[in-house]
Amino acid sequence: MIDSGPPVNAPANADIAEYAIRLGDDALILSQRLSEWSARSPQIEEDLALMNIALDLLGQARSLLAYGGSFSGRTEDELAYLREERQFTNLQLAEIDNGDFAVTMIRQLLFSSYQYELYRDLESSRDAQLAAIAAKAVKEVAYHVEHATTWVLRLGDGTAQSHDRTQAALELVWPFSHELFADDSLSRRIADLGVGPLPSVLHEAWLAAVRAVLEQATITVPEDNWKPSGGRSGLHTEGFGFLLAELQHLHRSHPGARW
Amino acid sequence: MTEPDTERLAALRLAAAMVADPEIPVLTIGDLGILRDVRFAADGLPEVVLTPTYSGCPATEAIRQDVLARIRTVDPLARVVVELAPAWTTDWITDDGKAKLHEYGIAPPRPTRTGPVALQLGSRPVDAARCPRCDSADTELISQFGSTPCKSLRRCRACAEPFDEFKSL
Repeated sequence: MIDSGPPVNAPANADIAEYAIRLGDDALILSQRLSEWSARSPQIEEDLALMNIALDLLGQARSLLAYGGSFSGRTEDELAYLREERQFTNLQLAEIDNGDFAVTMIRQLLFSSYQYELYRDLESSRDAQLAAIAAKAVKEVAYHVEHATTWVLRLGDGTAQSHDRTQAALELVWPFSHELFADDSLSRRIADLGVGPLPSVLHEAWLAAVRAVLEQATITVPEDNWKPSGGRSGLHTEGFGFLLAELQHLHRSHPGARW
Repeated sequence: MTEPDTERLAALRLAAAMVADPEIPVLTIGDLGILRDVRFAADGLPEVVLTPTYSGCPATEAIRQDVLARIRTVDPLARVVVELAPAWTTDWITDDGKAKLHEYGIAPPRPTRTGPVALQLGSRPVDAARCPRCDSADTELISQFGSTPCKSLRRCRACAEPFDEFKSL
């Protein structure tokens, strides 16, 4: 959809492509998960809100996957519909089951706050196209953070039941937050190139922002314990195959199908 | 640039700017501020540059097709390209566009904020949107997300009617 080709400095291109696809996978997979709330949300305004957020993420995914794929001549559709589970490199946080509304809102708070810090940093990327995508997306994500913040405050500092379910949601989701800030060889090369931040660099600002909301919501941050990871190397949780089946079913059953 | 070239681009700009937004048909893409440039590309062919409102806005593709159809009647060789930078902001909606929105029943966007995201409930926006029906400023937010990515949903306490507001972005 976006009319821009890859830059010409060859050695870094494979890394930039892989990095863009990572970030695109995060947005694509969370978008798909959120869309499961369609017609199931607690109120109609929330149905609209979650679908709008899913749509923003899908738009970001399209930009990122189109760009990442452009280095190797692959389209956004090929990347979304024709890769196998182990080829997806999204964070596991983006794929975990929606659970109840509290789980979804806690996941939104943790993920959107991360994306906000990431995109703010990427705005000054030495890669012009990633900088452009981030500068656009960060404004959308600011609304996502605000939406999740509103709900976590309302649920956490609400009734005894909504508080307990929000606390339980945080304990369920929190372990998956560690992977957001884990550096690996690709992210180190990307940081060396000045293309993107080291994930670990984003942790402090993220933690401060998230803690402020949780404390105000009377929710206790759990002890760091279990730290599941592997999403960036293609290892996924149990529900991921089902998510992918739903995402890819039509395209694989009717190859080349178009609107 | 020679005078015929300047005129050729001006004719394309005029044709493209008149294309209506498919979701909010009272607005043209000129009003919206998403028509970014009309220029000659490196290969010498004229191109019209658009930028999307939201990353995922489905209207972008429809607008692109509409603009292409329109400019091809002026210049069969003209192209449409979509560029992300600089990122679109509602501050680019023209005053005329804002007046049309109000007339249509959508509260126009307020100037964009700067700085970090608010953490306090209700800490944004400071000045409430005015009701497009009765012009009261006594309005409240129902949801930050409405029927399209660019709108939020508000309610007027004076006349009790809900209304859309064009979100500041």
